[in-house]
This record gives sequence, structure tokens and C-alpha cells, in this order.
Amino acid sequence: MSPRPDVSARSGALKKSAVRSAAPIFAALGDETRLRIIAVLCAGGALSITQLTTGTHITRQAVTKHLHVLARAGMVHHVKAGRERLWQFEPAPLTEARRSLDVIGRQWDYALRKLKMAVEE
Amino acid sequence: MMTTSTDRIERSIVLKAPRSRVWRALSNAEEFGNWFGVALKGATFTAGKRTQGRVTYPGYEHLTFDVLIERVEPERLLSWRWHPAAVDASVDYSKEPSTEVVFELKDVNGGTLVTVAESGFDKLPESRRLDAFRMNSGGWDIQMQNIERHVATP
Repeated sequence: MSPRPDVSARSGALKKSAVRSAAPIFAALGDETRLRIIAVLCAGGALSITQLTTGTHITRQAVTKHLHVLARAGMVHHVKAGRERLWQFEPAPLTEARRSLDVIGRQWDYALRKLKMAVEE
Repeated sequence: MMTTSTDRIERSIVLKAPRSRVWRALSNAEEFGNWFGVALKGATFTAGKRTQGRVTYPGYEHLTFDVLIERVEPERLLSWRWHPAAVDASVDYSKEPSTEVVFELKDVNGGTLVTVAESGFDKLPESRRLDAFRMNSGGWDIQMQNIERHVATP
């Protein structure tokens, strides 16, 4: 039998440390309001809490709470602009989370190749 | 609710086989089980019904493939819901959020395009996501060995 290829190195499979660090990101995203905040920040650059609550039914207190959850997961950070805080999206942790899904995606790739072998016989 | 980039996985492949052939490999539960790695002899995929079978994958034989078939649209679409990484037989996963798996078939030049999409990951409990990732990353080496052995057989 040929030597086992080092698949984890070749395909960049998820390392344990990456799994651990991705967990708070998924937890932070597991809420509809926080997903909306991330979507708005992705599209809108640096925004104040006033801007984030305009046109919504969400209170300033609720947005502040959600922003702090997202900040703990490293997904947003704030900058001071005069007396205001502006909140910005931080893309790096989400890239980590995506890499976690890539692992499951590879399992589907494998299943599809098995299907290919089955129907092309 | 919107779909985030962390909620959904999609993969596709072109198979050099007619749509009717691919559909049979997908929708005939027994045939499906042969390539997917589940013992589904005598089982069927029926919309609204649950299908269960023992996983036949080396190293994963203690697991049960357990899906709720949602849609069966001949030669076009098959979908189910399941609990990814339901690896502990003593845990009742039925109350937990499930993910949805959708297979879609399309005619393309010289064959059939199969797309599989799994969605709903954002709603999974955090601990389950960890299980899913651990299991998948650990299982990948074994799967690659399987496929290499399979294709190396004359």
C-alpha cells in the first residue's frame, strides 16, 4: 500500500486550535439581531449606535449589548470619533469560521465523488 | 431570516450519466446507501417520512444515518433534514435544530450537474458545531484513504 498522504497539510484541514477559536464566532452569529448588525456593518463601514438603530425597533441598549457580544468574538471593534463611538466590522474571524465550513464541504465533495463512481460505472 | 456565509455549504459535480440514472442512484434508498455508506436495504425515501440505516463506513459503524425526507421531485430534487454529527447514541438530538440537505439535478452538456447544499449551521448549538467540525476533520483522512483504495482497484 502506498504511504498515506498528509491530507491535513495538503488541504489545509481545520486544526483543533482553529475549531476552538471558531466556536465563539458561531455563537455570536446565532442571533438574528446580531446577524443583521453584521450585515449592516459589512455594507456600511463605520457606524454609530444611533445610525445602527435608525429605522429599527431595536433599542440603543439592545444594540450596545449585541455589539459587545460581537466584539468579544472579535467580529467588530469600535473607534472613537469625537464624543461618539463608531463600530466597524472585523473580517478576519469570519474567515476562520468559513474555513470550518470548508471541512464539512470537503465531506460533501467526497460523497459526490462516490456518487460519480457509482453512476459512471 | 437572511443566509450568512457561515450558514450554508454548496458543492456541485458534473456526472457523465443521464439524469434518470443519477436520479436512481439518489432516490433509490438502497442504491443511495451503497455509495453514501449506509445500510438501507429495503428502505425507501418518501416525502414526509423518516429513513434510518446503519452507517457502513469503516470506523463509523456505531452511527445511525437518520433523515426526515422533505421533498422528492422525480429527476429534479431530493431533500432531507438531519442532525449533523449526531455521534452520541445516548443523546436525544430530536429537539435540536437540524440542517437541511438539498440535492438538485440539471441537464448539462454530456451529463448531469448535481448540486448539494446543506444549510442551517448558524442555528446549531455551539457544542454541536464543535462536534461536527471535529468529526469531519478527523474523518477526512480515513475517507481519502478509502477513495484512493477504491480508485486504485483495477
